Amino acid sequence: MSLHIDLSLKDHVLIVRLQGELDHHTSDELRRKVENLIDEKDITHIVMSLKDLNFMDSSGIGVILGRYKQISQKNGEMVVCSVNPMIRRLFELSGLFKILKYKESEQEALDMLGVA
Amino acid sequence: MTANYMEIRFAALSENESFARVAVAAFLAHLDLTVEEMEEIKTVVSEAVTNAIIHGYEQEPQQQVYISTSIEGDRIEIIVEDKGIGIANLDEARQPLFTTKPEMERSGMGFTIMENFMDAVEVTTGVGQGTRIRMIKKVSPNKIYSQG
Repeated sequence: MSLHIDLSLKDHVLIVRLQGELDHHTSDELRRKVENLIDEKDITHIVMSLKDLNFMDSSGIGVILGRYKQISQKNGEMVVCSVNPMIRRLFELSGLFKILKYKESEQEALDMLGVA
Repeated sequence: MTANYMEIRFAALSENESFARVAVAAFLAHLDLTVEEMEEIKTVVSEAVTNAIIHGYEQEPQQQVYISTSIEGDRIEIIVEDKGIGIANLDEARQPLFTTKPEMERSGMGFTIMENFMDAVEVTTGVGQGTRIRMIKKVSPNKIYSQG
């Protein structure tokens, strides 16, 4: 199983929906697809929607942190939503929840960012 | 009680990271592990194999990664080994958030995750001598029902 990446834009908010497995191999692919998009398009915030992400390791932490830094430089925010219990443990272990905002659902994340 | 055992080796390619964790999980499938235990094992295999590919071999695909897994009683042992460059400063490498490759967006959490998800993690390494990571996990004895 690999990673399916679904990207969509809603009022300058980039919604990144991940499905499958995020490891070193697939995180390189995610970085390639999202990094330029954030720089080139008029994107103010990012929502990482992880409901269908079944597996993640520390490579996933690295690529999420990388995009967080990128959007922070543009004074934007990153909101993560719908994280399964195993991936939640990795987020807690690495301290990601101390810097990222978390919401239960994609809708709540968008509401928080003021997107109708 | 005879230990059950398996060994695999494969090219140091990033697409083999998923193969490695699924292969170990498949070998352990007959044990009645909890979903959580199985996920922990898949994650640590992924971490160790990724380290071998990125750091040990610096992404040279003609190299090989070795994994052996054994089951003895309530104890699962997983060894992930490479013949790569080795780790110059192991204490530093095991620190949470320490990485030698920040430009590759490595989080530096690999060893921390291995230590958290397994009962013991032992690393043998030397510059130019490769790296061997031996990890032990004890599962509750009543879960092991298939040993003959």
